[in-house]
Amino acid sequence: MKILVALKRVIDYNVRVRPRADGLAVETAGVKMSVNPFDENAIEEALRLKEAGKATEVVAVSLGNTGAQEGLRHALAMGVDRVIYGEAADDLDSLAVAKLLREVVKAEQPQLVLLGKQAIDDDAGQAAQMLAALLDWPQAVAVSHITVEGNALTVVREIDGGTETLSVDLPAVLSADLRLNDPRFVKLPNLMMAKKKPIGTIDLASVSAAPRLKTHKVAEPPARAAGIKVSSVAELVEKLKNEAGVL
Amino acid sequence: MSAVLLIAEFDTSDKNAGLKTSTRQSVRAAQSWNLPVDVLVLGTATAAVLEQAQKLNGVRKVLHANAEHLNHPRAEDVAKLLQQLAADYSVVLGAHSSLAKNVLPRFAALADVGMISEALEINAPNNYVRPIYAGNLLATVENAAGLQVLTVRASRWKAVELDGAAELTTVAAPAADSRVRFVSQALAGGERPELSSARVVVSGGRSLGSAEKFDAVLGPLATQLGAALGATRAAVDAGYAPNDIQVGQTGTIVAPELYLAFGVSGAIQHLAGMKDSRIVVAVNTDPDAQIFQVADYGLVADLFDVVPELTAALQKQ
Ligand SMILES: Cc1cc2nc3c(=O)[nH]c(=O)nc-3n(C[C@H](O)[C@H](O)[C@H](O)COP(=O)(O)OP(=O)(O)OC[C@H]3O[C@@H](n4cnc5c(N)ncnc54)[C@H](O)[C@@H]3O)c2cc1C
Ligand SMILES: Nc1ncnc2c1ncn2[C@@H]1O[C@H](COP(=O)(O)O)[C@@H](O)[C@H]1O
Repeated sequence: MKILVALKRVIDYNVRVRPRADGLAVETAGVKMSVNPFDENAIEEALRLKEAGKATEVVAVSLGNTGAQEGLRHALAMGVDRVIYGEAADDLDSLAVAKLLREVVKAEQPQLVLLGKQAIDDDAGQAAQMLAALLDWPQAVAVSHITVEGNALTVVREIDGGTETLSVDLPAVLSADLRLNDPRFVKLPNLMMAKKKPIGTIDLASVSAAPRLKTHKVAEPPARAAGIKVSSVAELVEKLKNEAGVL
Repeated sequence: MSAVLLIAEFDTSDKNAGLKTSTRQSVRAAQSWNLPVDVLVLGTATAAVLEQAQKLNGVRKVLHANAEHLNHPRAEDVAKLLQQLAADYSVVLGAHSSLAKNVLPRFAALADVGMISEALEINAPNNYVRPIYAGNLLATVENAAGLQVLTVRASRWKAVELDGAAELTTVAAPAADSRVRFVSQALAGGERPELSSARVVVSGGRSLGSAEKFDAVLGPLATQLGAALGATRAAVDAGYAPNDIQVGQTGTIVAPELYLAFGVSGAIQHLAGMKDSRIVVAVNTDPDAQIFQVADYGLVADLFDVVPELTAALQKQ
């Protein structure tokens, strides 16, 4: 089984994000970037499937500006066999990502495509389902456990209020939940080694993937009014009852 | 004639349950277009569910896709069904639930249109406000498509009354996609109110220390308040709380009247899930904990002292 993992480089989840001065996008200048956390889970799972002898090759792909290649270096350092960079616009929406990834799938012919369940920048959570639709493959999203059973997978996925177990025939598209695994730490020597490895490319210039969504404004949400500190349980109960009226 | 189609949801594990509150809230969101609103009920559904769906205020028609295989709806099947129905609609939406999150992007791609996830506000027929970066920023986004596909954060809208009289019609569902098979489902359930629509939420973090203490300390307070229990991801990952009660970016988004956070540090991913609560109470030993920045009432103290004392004080009321 060959596995393709799609990863996005996003602003690191610890960074406090701010709108850009023009209020049309998020400020990315000088901001620390990382691989989308859910995509790291996807990479980790692909590597574990290979280590368990269930997968033959793990290929990672990332789309976007040249910075996306840094994410691919991280994937190489984690241990993927090969990486592919597809030059594309920065403001891809999920449908555009799915359309571009479909071309990569056509070229690479994987049996399993793993994505993250959502990119923590746009928080869309759509690309995996859209790619599955375009390929007419079955899907499982927010997956927290995978077992390979011949030509099918048994997957557990997170749903509201619990979990659901599905049996899914290959080829399939899956999206990873944080609970799928704990991604390995990347060791410095591996990172150094990854810097020397080649980054493959795919030409996607001819794929029509114009964005369908247009962002008109990015702003901070209204801040909550400053609260107060109380000094005892009795005071808290009194305030909740008489000031807030919630008891 | 164009109209709005909403995916209805109900609790399949409880035979007596009616529609979810989020469906009643989403009906109000669906009325933003000033077009007729139809709701789609998936699966065999009980008479109670169908009756309630017909009573949803302002709903024109209830479409019942009465097929056994839709009792545990899979995206492949529902997306195809929506594709079959789409010609009559200019908007297809659902609450931002695991069902709609699974189904609607697949449907949108089949229809070759973009999709809006988790609209907080509907400004114009194709213009929305939605959270990005775990709700740290809000984006105003336009979807150019003729067919609008979206999920909404249902708690932003007030539930509609159950006093309507919609027409009930059955729609044929395409055969099940045999490549994906439902195996089983594990739902936590229990006595407490549903987390996403509870009036009060009692929430705890990693500092509770064990599953036993989580229940023993927070349980009585939640019972006293008729509250749902919530937890941080750290508490869930440590096995102190089941994962279906995780509040935050990757858990459930809540906006109760009262949110009580005990030993919760207030990481942005957690705040994303609760900062729209009307009143927030935080108890934490660290006076600089981030959670205090969103708390209306903060108490710097040990939760193991505060929670029993608070429970006792409320019992006396
Ligand atoms: C992509 C991503 C998504 C995430 N999604 C979520 C999510 O949906 N929900 C979520 O919650 N987290 C999420 N997280 C994790 C989040 O970043 C934090 O790690 C987590 O919320 C911290 O949980 P905590 O507050 O229980 O633990 P800690 O950060 O360890 O905080 C414990 C707190 O308890 C206080 N404390 C200790 N003892 C006591 C005592 N006796 N009495 C009172 N206070 C005490 C401490 O002062 C501290 O503030 C996500 C992370 C990532 C990377
Ligand atoms: N530019 C990109 N390059 C490669 N994969 C991407 C890109 N954008 C999104 N993805 C994948 O799609 C998933 C979901 O993205 P989204 O629909 O934007 O939430 C991510 O977790 C990635 O696995």
